[in-house]
Amino acid sequence: MADIAFLLLIFFLVATTMDVDTGITRLLPPIPEEEQDTEVKVNKRNVLVVLINRSDQLMVRGEFGTRLDELKRITMEFFTNPNNSQDLPEMENKEVEFPPGSSSMLPPDGVWRGQVSKGVISLQNDRSTTYGKYLQVQNELVAAVNQLRNDFCELYFDKEYDELNENNPVEKEIKEGIREIYKMNISEATPKNIQGL
Amino acid sequence: MAKFIRKKGKGAQRINTASLPDIIFMLLFFFMVSTTMRETEVKVQVKVPEASEVKKLEQKKLVSYIYIGRPVGPLQGLYGSEPMIQLNDKLVNKEGIAEDEVQDFVLFEREQLAEIDKSRMTVSLKIDEDIPMGKVDDVKQALRRAKALIINYSAQREYEDQGRL
Repeated sequence: MADIAFLLLIFFLVATTMDVDTGITRLLPPIPEEEQDTEVKVNKRNVLVVLINRSDQLMVRGEFGTRLDELKRITMEFFTNPNNSQDLPEMENKEVEFPPGSSSMLPPDGVWRGQVSKGVISLQNDRSTTYGKYLQVQNELVAAVNQLRNDFCELYFDKEYDELNENNPVEKEIKEGIREIYKMNISEATPKNIQGL
Repeated sequence: MAKFIRKKGKGAQRINTASLPDIIFMLLFFFMVSTTMRETEVKVQVKVPEASEVKKLEQKKLVSYIYIGRPVGPLQGLYGSEPMIQLNDKLVNKEGIAEDEVQDFVLFEREQLAEIDKSRMTVSLKIDEDIPMGKVDDVKQALRRAKALIINYSAQREYEDQGRL
């Protein structure tokens, strides 16, 4: 009896794959319905241009050779503009509704009034950039936004952003509200062959 | 005192193995339940990059897989060592029309889903970290054209986080 069980056990041990799929989920921009020949005009200060060249080097805001571990800080600064700098994105007033009574830091009606950034990140890569580098850069950008969301969430709701449960209507609304405040605005141009750089 | 002496003389006691089959069965059931059989045979080498912001991919039935990498050793004689695209189970081996294949694949996969899930279809991209982005971008364009906009860049959670600070 035990022998048969052992045999089966070993079979399942070998056949088992315990790996869970993990990854970074992103949304691709839809293809525009008709050809747009008018380019959307965006103020230069509102765009954080991140370039990755063919030898996997970074250029952020015209500065060549940015290190990967600086990118998160730069991105967070870009989205918050703490010193109201003229080079960093404009902020606009916005009202975001949260479920009333969900936070003691908000007025009783649950409406958050504050400023949100108009910033957009433009990520461009060369066709010879390696995918590994590209994903690391994506990761840093996503990390920056996640950090901002998390900070906000901890300040107002005393909870981590990731702990909010999508299946709970109140927490879902909170999550959506925070996503309104800190948007993941990453625009990806189709890669070109950025020569030299 | 005599009692103790007699006991010593008996030697080591054998372990009671009566419960061994139970333990083995318990392990067996654990593995039977936790097993997910490999459905696709991966024909390209894929070492996904590491990242810190990874999330678990829920609801596997909504997910289709696209692999991009160099063919595995034994297949290199047949296909060469250039990066190739694998859609679920089959390798796309014709140059140039790869994009159309990806598009057809996505449309086909979407057909398999229930009506309510069609808009939530996710494409998981398992791409080797050394693949040039050109190839990846062709696939992304094809996905955009097929209106499969929810994608997941497959990555492993990095554990040596404290090393970077």
